[in-house]
Amino acid sequence: MKVRQLSIFLENRVGRLAGVAQLLGEAGISIRALSVADTNDFGILRLLVDDIVKAEEHLRRNNVVCRINNVTVVAVDNRPGGLAKVLTVLNQAAVNIEYMYAVAESSNQRPLLVFRFTEGEAAVAALKKADIKIINEEQLFA
Amino acid sequence: MMPDYYLKDFVDRNALEALQLQRMQETLQRLYENVAFYRQAFDQAGLKPSDLRCLADLSKFPFTRKADLRDHYPYGMLAVPMHDIVRVHASSGTTGKPTVVCYTKRDLEIWAESVSRVFSMGGVSSKDIVMISYGYGLFTGGLGAHYGAEALGCSVIPMGGGSTEKQLMLIKDFGVNVLCCTPSFFIHIMEEAEKKGFDIRQTNLRVGFFGAEPWTEEMRQRIQTQSGITARDIFGLSEIIGPGVSADCPCCAGLHIFEDHYYPEIIDPDSGEVKEPGQEGELVFTTISKVGMPLLRYRTGDISSLCYDKCECGRTLVRMEKVRRRSDDMLIIRGVNLYPSQIESVLLSVKGTEPHYQLLVRRDRAMDELEVQVEVTAAVFSDEVKALESLRNEIQNKIKQIIGLSAKVTLVEPGQIERSTGKAKRVLDLRK
Repeated sequence: MKVRQLSIFLENRVGRLAGVAQLLGEAGISIRALSVADTNDFGILRLLVDDIVKAEEHLRRNNVVCRINNVTVVAVDNRPGGLAKVLTVLNQAAVNIEYMYAVAESSNQRPLLVFRFTEGEAAVAALKKADIKIINEEQLFA
Repeated sequence: MMPDYYLKDFVDRNALEALQLQRMQETLQRLYENVAFYRQAFDQAGLKPSDLRCLADLSKFPFTRKADLRDHYPYGMLAVPMHDIVRVHASSGTTGKPTVVCYTKRDLEIWAESVSRVFSMGGVSSKDIVMISYGYGLFTGGLGAHYGAEALGCSVIPMGGGSTEKQLMLIKDFGVNVLCCTPSFFIHIMEEAEKKGFDIRQTNLRVGFFGAEPWTEEMRQRIQTQSGITARDIFGLSEIIGPGVSADCPCCAGLHIFEDHYYPEIIDPDSGEVKEPGQEGELVFTTISKVGMPLLRYRTGDISSLCYDKCECGRTLVRMEKVRRRSDDMLIIRGVNLYPSQIESVLLSVKGTEPHYQLLVRRDRAMDELEVQVEVTAAVFSDEVKALESLRNEIQNKIKQIIGLSAKVTLVEPGQIERSTGKAKRVLDLRK
């Protein structure tokens, strides 16, 4: 049920994000979701892409520091309270969220949440128990 | 009445050279008899102390390098038994181990005499109130200046570094006439004063003795114009004695070396050949009156030149040109010696980091600032901000712990640090 995410280290310098986007474009990679975490000195670019192995290879060959890690993608009801419901479940299960970002499902514009948990398994178990839909890679790129 | 050591600065050069030769011969004898390192070095070169018949013969004798002190850490260079040592100082070293220097009672007297001669050259007398704002402790700056001012009979305030606001308060309330600190710290003090609407010209402060880091003539002008005080350079290094090896006289046309204690030479840093007066090269000192840890032809790494022309102030002592650069890659930042290799060992001690780094030194209006740019590799890269931040903090803390410098650590992408052919360009010194 895990979705692989590509995380990229970016120096806080003009043109770095453009540089990485350029490289991905060259390699014919399609970006499905994107999030940037930034600090004063550096940023971390997190991407869900269609061909993650190819993307990683191409970036590494071009001296970009990156790594593949697992995230959990969850479908949320597209109505007020939808996000709260998911977060309440996680809160009650006492799982920590390292970070999260949102993306819209391409087929029906349903919101999807991308989570990185400190304890991934406990979180997934709690979500399943509450009947919250977890999306796999196939569904994501369908 | 002038203290008698004041006259030493005006000594007849023939008499001075005779004294230097006698002291040098005695020093060589003591080194040969008491320090295994020197005995071996002399034997290897086929030299005996008696081979020094005139001052020029010194050029036949071997050099001492900072690495030799490190190899004989901590007490291997002593020429006297440890029970004759009354003080130990140390400066930061290249591998985390400090460079150790030891003083006998007599050495401390020589040191205090040297520093008091510096003060005398700057017109300071026993009537003055002197505040020492160099760091105290293992660093020679604080205690060196302290004992010199006391020897002259001044009223001494052992303030130490830091706490700019308090520095200003004491300058005003205690009626400080004379201040000793690093030039960059004084600029910081001036700026704090300006911010607070504190006018240094309204205080009794008359003269500052600034040392422990290289500074320029332009900086002297800036300090003097902005604060109204007289700015004098005091030069020294702990290996030779500490601050007080040489200093500016009122002419500020080169620093007079107290060559009755510290014998200078200028050499070609590559060939080791002695250069003519006036030529630029690496400054080398032989201590000729020190007892505890005399050093023979110690290579300072500082680039300077010597001028034997009589100074307009009347002093006969040789003058060295203000030091502006070094022959090696050592940096002096806020009075702390730093070799890039020290940063390298810190990085290697942090799990997963590779020694790809660059040092940027800036003088940001007042203080010297060190930025260490470290390349992030796939091995240490984490998807989480806090993991990267804790990596950065760990490097920062280790630099502080081991080297004693607060540095800003920045994580950069690989390949951003320029790799010049063969040897990486490690240091960008952007100080003016």
